[in-house]
Amino acid sequence: MELILALAIGILGGSGVWLLMRPRTFQLIIGLSLLSYAVNLFIFSMGRFPVGAPPVLEPGTAGDPAHYADPLPQSLVLTAIVIGFATTALFLVVMLAARGLTGGDHVDGRRRG
Amino acid sequence: MPDALYLLAALLLPWLGALATALLPANARTRGHNLEAWLAGAVALLALIMVWLAYPAVAAGGVVRLAIPWVPQLGLELVLRMDGLAAVFAVMVAGIGLLVVLYARYYMSPDDPVPRFFAFLLAFMGAMMGLVLSGNLIQLVFFWELTSLFSFLLIGYWHHAAPAREGARMALTVTASGGLALLAGVLLLGHIAGSYDLDHVLAAGALIRAHPLYLPALVLILLGALTKSAQFPFHFWLPHAMAAPTPVSAYLHSATLVKAGIFLMARLWPVLAGTEAWFWIVGTAGMVTLLLGAYVAIFQHDMKGLLAYSTISHLGLITLLLGLNSPLAMVAAIFHTMNHATFKASLFMATGIIDHETGTRDIRRLSGLNSSMPFTARLAMVAAAAMAGVPLLNGFISKEMFLTETLTAASAPTPLHRLLPYAATLAGIFAVAYSLRFIHGAFFGPEARDLPRAPHEPPQWMRLPVEVLVFGCMVVGILPAATIGPFLDVAVRSVLGPATPDYSLAVWHGVNLPLAMSLLALAGGALLYRLLQRHLNAGVEGTPLLRGMDGRRLFERAMVFLSWRFARTLERLLGTARLQMQLRLLVCVTALAALLALAPHGLRLGSLTLSAADPVIALVWVVGAACAIAAAYQAKYHRLAALMLLGGAGLAVCLTFVWFSAPDLALTQLLVEVVTTVLLLLGLRWMPRRLEQPGAGAWLARLRRGRDLTIAIGAGLGLTVISYATMTRLSPEGISRHFLARAYTEGGGTNVVNVILVDFRGFDTFGEITVLGIVALTVFALLRRFRPAAESIGAPEARRGQQRGEAHAWLLVPGVIMRWLFPLIGAIAVFLLLRGHDLPGGGFAGGLMLAVAILLQYMAGGTRWVEDHLRVHPLRWMAGGLLLAAGTGLAALLAGRPFLTSYFAYADLGWLGRLPVASAMLFDIGVFALVFGATVLMLIAIAHQSVRSQRAAPPPPPGEPATPGDD
Repeated sequence: MELILALAIGILGGSGVWLLMRPRTFQLIIGLSLLSYAVNLFIFSMGRFPVGAPPVLEPGTAGDPAHYADPLPQSLVLTAIVIGFATTALFLVVMLAARGLTGGDHVDGRRRG
Repeated sequence: MPDALYLLAALLLPWLGALATALLPANARTRGHNLEAWLAGAVALLALIMVWLAYPAVAAGGVVRLAIPWVPQLGLELVLRMDGLAAVFAVMVAGIGLLVVLYARYYMSPDDPVPRFFAFLLAFMGAMMGLVLSGNLIQLVFFWELTSLFSFLLIGYWHHAAPAREGARMALTVTASGGLALLAGVLLLGHIAGSYDLDHVLAAGALIRAHPLYLPALVLILLGALTKSAQFPFHFWLPHAMAAPTPVSAYLHSATLVKAGIFLMARLWPVLAGTEAWFWIVGTAGMVTLLLGAYVAIFQHDMKGLLAYSTISHLGLITLLLGLNSPLAMVAAIFHTMNHATFKASLFMATGIIDHETGTRDIRRLSGLNSSMPFTARLAMVAAAAMAGVPLLNGFISKEMFLTETLTAASAPTPLHRLLPYAATLAGIFAVAYSLRFIHGAFFGPEARDLPRAPHEPPQWMRLPVEVLVFGCMVVGILPAATIGPFLDVAVRSVLGPATPDYSLAVWHGVNLPLAMSLLALAGGALLYRLLQRHLNAGVEGTPLLRGMDGRRLFERAMVFLSWRFARTLERLLGTARLQMQLRLLVCVTALAALLALAPHGLRLGSLTLSAADPVIALVWVVGAACAIAAAYQAKYHRLAALMLLGGAGLAVCLTFVWFSAPDLALTQLLVEVVTTVLLLLGLRWMPRRLEQPGAGAWLARLRRGRDLTIAIGAGLGLTVISYATMTRLSPEGISRHFLARAYTEGGGTNVVNVILVDFRGFDTFGEITVLGIVALTVFALLRRFRPAAESIGAPEARRGQQRGEAHAWLLVPGVIMRWLFPLIGAIAVFLLLRGHDLPGGGFAGGLMLAVAILLQYMAGGTRWVEDHLRVHPLRWMAGGLLLAAGTGLAALLAGRPFLTSYFAYADLGWLGRLPVASAMLFDIGVFALVFGATVLMLIAIAHQSVRSQRAAPPPPPGEPATPGDD
């Protein structure tokens, strides 16, 4: 199981990095999204992989870490997902503005001579 | 304790006054009340009174001290501390400040933005006050830099004039660089002494002088002091700072700013002085400056220029005294500092009066003013005589002490010591010569006829500050022991402590060698002036013998080199404007950093037993990985396909979250997937069309791609290995145990993730939703000026068909269903929000869900239909949400708890069940409203562009040009 997820993180991250280095703005956005999946999964994996143990307590009790998934990476990833969404939106708009201003979609705003 | 509060008031009053003055309208003056001058004067007077009230405690031999802790762990405190030395300087800052304010009231023209002037002046006074009253070295450096900053603003006050701008820039560059060196030196000093507290440092003198880091610390601190006090070789900025209004020169360049360096050297004298290095650096700099300044001053034609070089020379004299390592010289240094402040400030003011009343301050043009402004002439003559060291004036007494000290020092073996008396006499001769020139050139000779204005006496109040200062010169000069004596004694004792020597402040010490040297200087100076008269009257610019030495030119050459050639070369060698190259480097450097971190330990996998591989997850990730790779492959030519594939990868992530016990994450991820996809879809429409070209790419492009592919594979492999190595180890015991244990008992919720978000780490979440709001507003603002590219303005092909009436039934059945779904989805959103504290859900998920509901309406009905039927005010939602979240946090403050402390209870709603009512719930509602508002704002802003641009669109071009692909 660990190997599968490690491979998943690697493939998502590698694809993301490949796209980061491409010259088109849209490629960059897709790449950043893929990279953020990889990073989120990596952070999430810090809580390891318990099955069927969501961190939702029985009312009135104090939780024992042995019986529940680690809530901390989860809450960190949750905020990361939302902020990731916001940055994607921002990139998108910057991409559109650049497209309108420069007439093209090269990341440097102009095609290399 | 009230003594300490006087200090605080003396420091704060100028700053508050500056703030209040800055808020006055720019034409406050022309309304005829001179409100800003009254305000500034009152503030200066009050500050002076505050210092005066605190003075008795200091005079009694004590130290007034006020410490306000800030970060005590780092030794950072606001410490105000006044001893004798600080008191003398504080009185000069406030007292001469008061006189300068009065003077400036008449000097400044009503056409200038006068409130700005007084605001800067008061702020400078506050900075200076903070500097002299600092009891902490870091704080001292802070105020030191503030004085540089405000002197920059004051010198450049007439910023429409190029010399003012250049002079201000040069002063700032030199003094602020010195300030940086000073900071480094002070940090070293604090490191050696183990504390930045001044009392502590002053007590550690022997330790510091014996420390191996003493020399670097000394050099750095002296760099700061010598640049500030315009000592050779950093003296060149002061003459150029004369572009400032004359009240500024009178204040900054006689009594305060340039004395800051002297103050610092005197302040740290007990700690740093007494060594060979101190004598060689400080003494040499002082002696060279003393001679050079006096010599150059003789040949200045501008009266302010003459005074500037004379100031440099006198500062050199004081520096030399400080460098002599003798307690008696220290007495003379402090005494001369006070005397110089009085006579030089009055001379600057007299120059300002002459400039103001005649329109020029060129000595070559001025002549015979004695008859038209006799009173000012008398005042200037007395002050200039004090500057020259004529008996019965204050300058004579301190100069006499200086001469005595040089004679005492001459018994030391080094050649520099033996030179001192000769250098002192020579400098005295020069000083008499330039003082004579100042007086003789301006006030005597035939009356000038061609002045820009007809000279006459200034208003009485404008002369008053000069009268006060000149009166001071005479009183101190005639009765030194009775007037200045006690103050000087307190100041000297605060520096020297028990080592204070016996000294006598008397006008007459009998016929001795110093007196002979003084008389020689007077006679020699008069003779020199007589001999030079022909040369000076010829009006030649520049200084004989020193024509080649121009500090300004060297400075400018250095600046051009640093800020232009050197910077450009560095940029060319090390910089790139290309994003691809930057990102490539970023990735490579990251990989390198990871390798370096691993290198000493080697990479070992953990020993944890692996959990069994589940075929479902394996399958999910086969699909997910395929999606990711395919998305990377297709993103260039098939954007829509890439977008769908991205969604596929996202879903695989989402399923992983579900599988491994993270329902909250899965829910949020799913909703974010939906919203992101729609957002990107809306954006796709504006992108240029790109057609795949068979066989595109030369071998160079292929090579580039090969290199990037290698980097990407390397990065992916690295991530895999590091992830795997991490996952096969036990995770260290973190703070999760604490969160799990307290989520219910102290946070009142069973969904631990939600409790962490809205309670334990509520401040993070608060920051995060603020960021979200800012991003949404940025998106909105960027799109308001959106100008799409020409070829994508026309409606897309599908829409054109619709407009022609071919596809009336566009998504009719799904459209109806989607409209019906609106209340249902809305209800689910609220449900998710309300149950969030106990079960998966919460503000983030709820807000996104409601946004999806709105989104569906846009898809079903089109932008126009929704905007006609449904009024969503995203900005209000966002503002309301943020205010609610902040208000919840602040409510805890009202209850006396830290920001965002939560309170909870359960409300029994009968058959509806028990609703947890925690204050965290309110916070979550704030999150909900903000997330909803921000998401909708972004979506609407992007969606709305289609409508907007088509309204103003020209007819669509017949054939849209395809952009050929390149890499």
